[in-house]
Amino acid sequence: MSEKQRIDEATGTSTVGHEWDGIEELNTPLPRWWLLTFYACVIWGLAYTVMYPAWPMISSATAGMTGWSSRGDLAKEMKAETERRAPILAAISAKPVEQIPGDEKLYATAVEGGRAAFKVHCVQCHGSGAAGSKGYPNLNDDDWIWGGDMATIHQTITHGIRAPEHAETRMSQMPAFGGMFKPAELSSVVAYVQSLSGSRPADAVSAAGAPLFAANCVQCHGPDGKGVRAMGGPNLTDKIWLYGGDEAAIRQTITKSRYGVMPNWNQKLDATTIKMLAAYVHSLGGGEAAAKAGVAAAAAVPAATPAAEAPASNVK
Amino acid sequence: MDELLMRGGGWFLAALIAFVAAASATDTGFAIHMSIMCAAGLLAAFASSRGFNFAKGRFPALTPDVASRYDDDLIRIGAIMTLFWGVVGFLVGLVIALQLAFPVLNLGLEWTTFGRLRPLHTSAVIFAFGGTALITTSFYVVQRTCRARLAFPGLARFVYWGYQLFIVLAATGYVLGITQGKEYAEPEWYVDLWLTVVWVAYLIVFVGTIVKRNEPHIYVANWFYLSFIITVAMLHLVNNISLPVSWTGTASYSAWAGVQDALTQWWYGHNAVGFFLTAGFLAMMYYFVPKQAERPIYSYRLSIIHFWSLIFLYIWAGPHHLHYTALPDWAQTLGMVFSVMLWMPSWGGMINGLMTLNGAWDKIRTDPIIRMFVMSLAFYGMSTFEGPMMSIKAVNSLSHYTDWTIGHVHSGALGWNGMVTFATLYYLVPRLWGRERLYSLRMVNWHFWLASAGIVFYASAMWVSGIMQGLMWREYGADGYLVYSFSETVMAMFPMYLIRAFGGLLFLSGALVMVVNVWMTIAGKIREERPMTETPYDAEADRPIVGTPAAIQPAE
Repeated sequence: MSEKQRIDEATGTSTVGHEWDGIEELNTPLPRWWLLTFYACVIWGLAYTVMYPAWPMISSATAGMTGWSSRGDLAKEMKAETERRAPILAAISAKPVEQIPGDEKLYATAVEGGRAAFKVHCVQCHGSGAAGSKGYPNLNDDDWIWGGDMATIHQTITHGIRAPEHAETRMSQMPAFGGMFKPAELSSVVAYVQSLSGSRPADAVSAAGAPLFAANCVQCHGPDGKGVRAMGGPNLTDKIWLYGGDEAAIRQTITKSRYGVMPNWNQKLDATTIKMLAAYVHSLGGGEAAAKAGVAAAAAVPAATPAAEAPASNVK
Repeated sequence: MDELLMRGGGWFLAALIAFVAAASATDTGFAIHMSIMCAAGLLAAFASSRGFNFAKGRFPALTPDVASRYDDDLIRIGAIMTLFWGVVGFLVGLVIALQLAFPVLNLGLEWTTFGRLRPLHTSAVIFAFGGTALITTSFYVVQRTCRARLAFPGLARFVYWGYQLFIVLAATGYVLGITQGKEYAEPEWYVDLWLTVVWVAYLIVFVGTIVKRNEPHIYVANWFYLSFIITVAMLHLVNNISLPVSWTGTASYSAWAGVQDALTQWWYGHNAVGFFLTAGFLAMMYYFVPKQAERPIYSYRLSIIHFWSLIFLYIWAGPHHLHYTALPDWAQTLGMVFSVMLWMPSWGGMINGLMTLNGAWDKIRTDPIIRMFVMSLAFYGMSTFEGPMMSIKAVNSLSHYTDWTIGHVHSGALGWNGMVTFATLYYLVPRLWGRERLYSLRMVNWHFWLASAGIVFYASAMWVSGIMQGLMWREYGADGYLVYSFSETVMAMFPMYLIRAFGGLLFLSGALVMVVNVWMTIAGKIREERPMTETPYDAEADRPIVGTPAAIQPAE
């Protein structure tokens, strides 16, 4: 081939002497920086395999001089974080849940912990802004079905609502009135319910619903329709609707009932995390003081206490 | 005539077998796929019966004497199909980019959900656009650098059309939800078997042509093509070993399980990038860049060293896709170390490509095709630096599972594979159809800028989005709790998704400009336009400064 070698004019470099379809190749040496960087990478690579787990042997691999392992690294980080959080968690664990809002600093740390747990466990239903959606209550407002003080919220989170196979869960069930009302009666009850919140003006139709409401609904929703928290009966007068306040949605609620379920979180989360979640939900805007909560809270506190005093542990 | 009947009958028999398989299928997907194969068999039988000579590879009427010409019929079809699949792939990419920003575009239909269209996009771009480009250019380059016609022209046609059938089977499979759940290897066992047959035929044609070459040496582009063909065959076979649930159904189970399956998959997946998108496209670069620049390759020695170091090191780098997983630490270390060592061998290709312009650098200004080649090599260099960097565990712990990976892949796929393929097609089309030049060089320039701007929007949006996503995932508040929920990171990425879709739109627009340009070139038209270089000349200014024009009158 050497007879075909020539000096390329533009670069002053000799060609190798090969030629394919007019393509020649220059005999340029390897760029020095390229070669040195390549060598440096190889040397670095070899050194790295001495420092870190690398060479496979018969039953395991060389551990490396640093003793580093990804599992060990994770365990170390987790241990450091656990230790850092331990005093805060211990303080929250030691305090009865209804007293946490009284301790401003502790309340703030509990809210932070609750925020983190909420984003993992609660956003799926209540939304990342806790604003809820159809069938899932908005936790930012002050419209509570079961009550909005610390102890009551704590009870709801701990035992859930209509949680299957959990005896202590909050329980309320609206009957399905589908077969009980005649069509005209149903329409008048729907009209009356809508008139309670001013969604439609009171007229002859809604007036006809009033006696039916008094006979069938006041046990849970109260004589004025303002709800009975102890029974889990929602307030119908405030234009805040869990399943919608238009005529069709109310009609469906009355005829077929609703049965929303919230899990009892004590089966999954430790007691301290539940306390922090209660603090977070309480902090969102509608949190009530214990005294204001009245009868409903009083009924809830005894049930909440055992869980509140359980020691902090990791998620079950 | 007997031979003709044999061939037509053979294809008809194959169609019949596919028909029986379709009739006895245990699921709809298999029935649809076997019907497609049956239709393909009937088409082949029809072509045979019409006198299509598979040994010579063409209809006899069209061939007075072809022995003195290269076998370019397939390459003409291949150039068109490459462009077609490219537009399809980019379009589906734009659709899924918009789906991420606006989920309503999933349309609530199982066939149009993101989960099915995403692999359709990746495979349309990598295997349909990239694969057709590779087969087409390899047939073009191997003939010219061996100074020989394709060996086994009939088999070459089988390779070409068989591969197109594979693409159709794969694409319909994605939409129908037929998948074995392995990234870039989603097609099920029967499609894998078909591709194996096609690929072995490809190897035979390619090696056969090299064997009958009239040049003493094998050109570097052919080393790269050959390494691509052989390695992809090996990767495909090992990763797809599986046991079908039924011989007349789509489903199968992988022979590998757990972390072994994951490692095999990413050994495959990474080397699909390494040997399909790197080695194969470097082969294109090694032929078309020196041809378009009319310059010798920068360094023969560099091409040897970087070829062998590249193919030796690439094959070990796969475990870097499995950092911080159940994969043992030692395998993760090796994946990372080999990836970092791969940096310079990868750059060898960039250096050899760019430095080939020594003595012709002015062409970047005057020749938009060279400009595309240079841009593709620049993106190649960037993504082959970014890749080793992202394989370093400390970086990977931030970048993994984020959009950064998507940005990295696209700077390579759009910037390197896309640009080098566009430039190659611009080189090929006037030559394949015997045209004086392209319809419009200015439109090539438009394509260049649309595509470049598109890539910049795309890649930078994904870098920002990915790094933000990674930082948000790992952010701990003062009290030691994670600050963000997953959905909050998704909301934060929304503006970046819009920018990404805009970048994709620009890139697709560039490809559509190319379609028009190629179409008009094939139609034999030439656009009247200002040439790309025009050194200004002002006749008025081209005179000495003197007192008055009267001075030019002759002296008395």
